[in-house]
Amino acid sequence: MENLVIQTEKLSEWVNEVIKKNKVFAPVKETDFSNFKIIDDYSEIDFTYLLPRVPAKKILFKQTETLFLFTPGSKGSVQTKEISDEKLVVFSLRTCDAKTFSILDPVFLGDYADPFYKSRRERSILIGLSCNKPNVNCFCTSFGDSPASSDYVDILLTDLDGKHLVEVVTERGKKFIDNYKKFFTSASKEDLDSKKKVEEQAIKGITRTMKLEGIPEKLDKMFEHPIWYENAMKCIGCGTCTFVCPTCHCFDMQDESTLREGARVRVWDYCMNPEYTHHASGHNPRPARMNRVRNRIFHKFNYYPINDNIVGCTGCGRCIDYCSVNIDVIDIINKIGEAES
Amino acid sequence: MTKNSEGTFEIQNPYQPLLAKVVKITNEVDGARAIKTYKLVFQDEETKINFSFIPGQFVMVSVFGKGESTFAISSSSTQKDYIEISVMKHGKNTAALHELEEGDIVGVRGPYGNTFDVKGWEGKNIILIGGGIGQAPLRSVLNYILDNRDKYGTLDAIYGARTSSDICYKEEFAELEKRDDVNVHLSIDVEEEGWNNYVGFVPNNLMEVKPSSENAIAITCGPPIMIEYVIQNLLKLGFTEKQIYTTLEMRMKCGIGICGRCNIGNLYVCKDGPVFSYEQLKGLQGDM
Repeated sequence: MENLVIQTEKLSEWVNEVIKKNKVFAPVKETDFSNFKIIDDYSEIDFTYLLPRVPAKKILFKQTETLFLFTPGSKGSVQTKEISDEKLVVFSLRTCDAKTFSILDPVFLGDYADPFYKSRRERSILIGLSCNKPNVNCFCTSFGDSPASSDYVDILLTDLDGKHLVEVVTERGKKFIDNYKKFFTSASKEDLDSKKKVEEQAIKGITRTMKLEGIPEKLDKMFEHPIWYENAMKCIGCGTCTFVCPTCHCFDMQDESTLREGARVRVWDYCMNPEYTHHASGHNPRPARMNRVRNRIFHKFNYYPINDNIVGCTGCGRCIDYCSVNIDVIDIINKIGEAES
Repeated sequence: MTKNSEGTFEIQNPYQPLLAKVVKITNEVDGARAIKTYKLVFQDEETKINFSFIPGQFVMVSVFGKGESTFAISSSSTQKDYIEISVMKHGKNTAALHELEEGDIVGVRGPYGNTFDVKGWEGKNIILIGGGIGQAPLRSVLNYILDNRDKYGTLDAIYGARTSSDICYKEEFAELEKRDDVNVHLSIDVEEEGWNNYVGFVPNNLMEVKPSSENAIAITCGPPIMIEYVIQNLLKLGFTEKQIYTTLEMRMKCGIGICGRCNIGNLYVCKDGPVFSYEQLKGLQGDM
């Protein structure tokens, strides 16, 4: 739509201007990792990170969310929870985290729109930052994406050493950036060429490949395959892979109350927990770890493609990075590709 | 709930229940597997008038502070002004429901899920095969048909419970037995003194009753193992996959296809079900 440039030393001024009128989320250093947090000043942003530990989904789909308030008991009543109209800016999103929302949109904005997600989605601006040096377990390229992709953001920044290329991608991004015109100049052809170089270099830095071709269709025939027992053998069912996954969206709804007031709260849940599907009658459709591991892989690589025509994985590599028993989703999918169905 | 421009109703926050008053509680079964039926009336006049559903659909019912669970609507959609649910005491929320008294308030969300094709089945012979609390969704169909009796062919209600005291809707079955436009076939699992009906499991009773598959639709609901054998026996009796329907249950939280847990394969029981034909079910690959 429009290509601009901002001198890197001006970046702080611009972001601080943005902070004045918006709630800005950016990666902030926390001991030895970084995490998306609301920032009050540009200096809080951690630019040394590869990926914040918890994906950006947590900004639009909060880990805990009050759905409504109630008076507890058998004479109960309900009160609607007001939804804020604050403007949100997610700053410094990587491709794999930005893509999250195009995968979660069909879930949260489907037949029944989730009012909390919908509202935040509508009032947020996604500002991406190209990955110049991807992580060892990054594999966004396996999905045809690039670490410098502008496909899923409103505005994409790319660090060109001394200045940042600012690609304004969407109408919403254009409207937003027009408020801050004084910080930007037009990008030259050289700037676009240098981005291309940076992008090519970054793509070269991605060494791992998930061979996805034909996988969704092949899985149709592999529900009863012994490979699921092998894959589940190592799993300890901790659920870390689900909490750090940008596309996992399961939740539980719990009543939190004192004697006089209460709230129904939604919290992230995880399908690796046997309780997750446990009926009150005692019946459990997914009683063994095999069932749960299989369901998780099927959900992302078979059910998502069937239902929403998109693979439920962005290639961020977090589940590989943080799995305490070294389960590797790339290996699982590649083995499925090689296995006799 | 607010009215949108078309004058239809739109729920702003699908997670927030509407208030309903428990106007009547019927004790169906006592003891360890206690079942009660609740007649619920929406507090809001507009909802009371506009709430409509089709047999097969379910609601999410809350006791505020305890939780929310999924229940098939067991009353017929021909009954306006109220809905009924039947609740077996099993977990935290159902135990709280069992503590309620008439006049108490609960939260209701819904109706959710797909429906039995009661309109499409007009002119057909209907066979209902229920077990235990699984009769709840079938009761909705049964009463719907009785209220539109001339539109359907023969009507058979096959129903079984573990013991005679576990029979749900006992008085209603007794009333039905007196009618000549519905054939009731009750069974209990083990012999009891004074029991004059069939003794044995529901699938076996089905083979005793031997309903004809001609121009018929069979609908079954009960424990998973019962459903499995009932379907096998229906196939033996010549029913095709398209003539057999069941309604499934899964643990649910949102009821609207977002929270993720009630899937069987790529389908969510909450929005793609709970009603499935055996034809659909057979092609489904998933944990049940």
